[in-house]
Amino acid sequence: MSDKEIKNLEDIFEAKIARDEKIEPKDWMPEKYRKTHIRQMSQHAHSEIVGMLPEGNWITRAPSLRRKVALLAKVQDEAGHGLYLYSATETLGISREEMYNQLHSGKAKYSSIFNYPTITWADIGAIGWLVDGAAIINQVPLCSTSFGPYARAMVRVCKEESFHQRQGYEIMLTLCNGTPEQKAMAQDALDRWWWPSLMMLGPTDDASTHTEQSMKWKLKRKTNDELRQQFIDQTVPQADILGITVPDKDLKWNEETGHYDFGAIDWDEFWQVVKGHGPCNKERMQTRVSAWEGGEWVRDAAMAYAEKQADKKVRKAG
Amino acid sequence: MSTDKKTKNWPLWEIFVRSKNGLEHRHFGSLHAADADMALENARDVYTRRSEGVSIWVVESINITASNPEHNGEMFEPAADKVYRHPTFYELPDEVKHM
Repeated sequence: MSDKEIKNLEDIFEAKIARDEKIEPKDWMPEKYRKTHIRQMSQHAHSEIVGMLPEGNWITRAPSLRRKVALLAKVQDEAGHGLYLYSATETLGISREEMYNQLHSGKAKYSSIFNYPTITWADIGAIGWLVDGAAIINQVPLCSTSFGPYARAMVRVCKEESFHQRQGYEIMLTLCNGTPEQKAMAQDALDRWWWPSLMMLGPTDDASTHTEQSMKWKLKRKTNDELRQQFIDQTVPQADILGITVPDKDLKWNEETGHYDFGAIDWDEFWQVVKGHGPCNKERMQTRVSAWEGGEWVRDAAMAYAEKQADKKVRKAG
Repeated sequence: MSTDKKTKNWPLWEIFVRSKNGLEHRHFGSLHAADADMALENARDVYTRRSEGVSIWVVESINITASNPEHNGEMFEPAADKVYRHPTFYELPDEVKHM
């Protein structure tokens, strides 16, 4: 194809997206659209899968059966979300194996929030409330993104996230209405998860390299800073109801703007964690890789069994 | 990592779910499984954790033949100029009721 022909196809493509028409896997698309989607969708899938690890840490130690079944169901949902997203990404022509290799080799990123440790039970409450809360804010606009399989997967994910956030907030509420030690535990979890949750919504607009293109392709409907402001505005009153304090001395309601003003985010910390120097980066990948490698004989056995059964059927028919 | 080792990957399956009797099966997504039985079990766990279905079909993805969107012209345009297939093509006086 000549450059002019490609340019023409690109114009038709961009116009289609501008009209809110969806792009399906077999439709023509610019290479950059395909690559950007493979990157973002696989990172999203990896985040769901790695996101199971900090929470899985507490399944055996959940304080009651009620909490335990809820946490199990939530972690199972995260696995499901990962699977929806992996299979949606596969429609763009990358194999599952290749995506796993990218994750395990460190080539692909996942949300850096999962590189923080879950050291008390209150962390499970804080993750549901804050991390899933921030995830919902990120994900709701993606339900109407331009790539059909991604949008459909996100509709399913968003339906399920609301339970995650509510179960987290209920854990926080119970702790905050409990003994002073329990309330202190909830405060400590908020202290440690607040800033990483704000960072989860991505670098500030002036430092974000993909925003403009992503807006055009409807991979983004609002900028990182707008999403962050929305998260803060809706979360601070929830902290007030719990009776615990957001760890930001500059946090103040601004009557004029109708939003909360907030303090400076430590972006050095963010980039350190992204670059692999967070508290748990190595541990997370080791756990993930050993689960994958330890499961290899099971996958091989299942495949061998399936082949044997298929052979039997053929022989019977013959 | 075992990239040089010849491990066989589980094939891909397309999953169709009937959400309740009276409705058709609808495409829900896909997943990997060693065989059809496992695909059914995985589909139950992945796509119907909240009673989204009463019946599941699984079809190995390689068995699906799909039309090519680049040929949508010759494929679907013949229907575009056949307005006489639609009831509004036929002009009837207003007095005619129930038609």
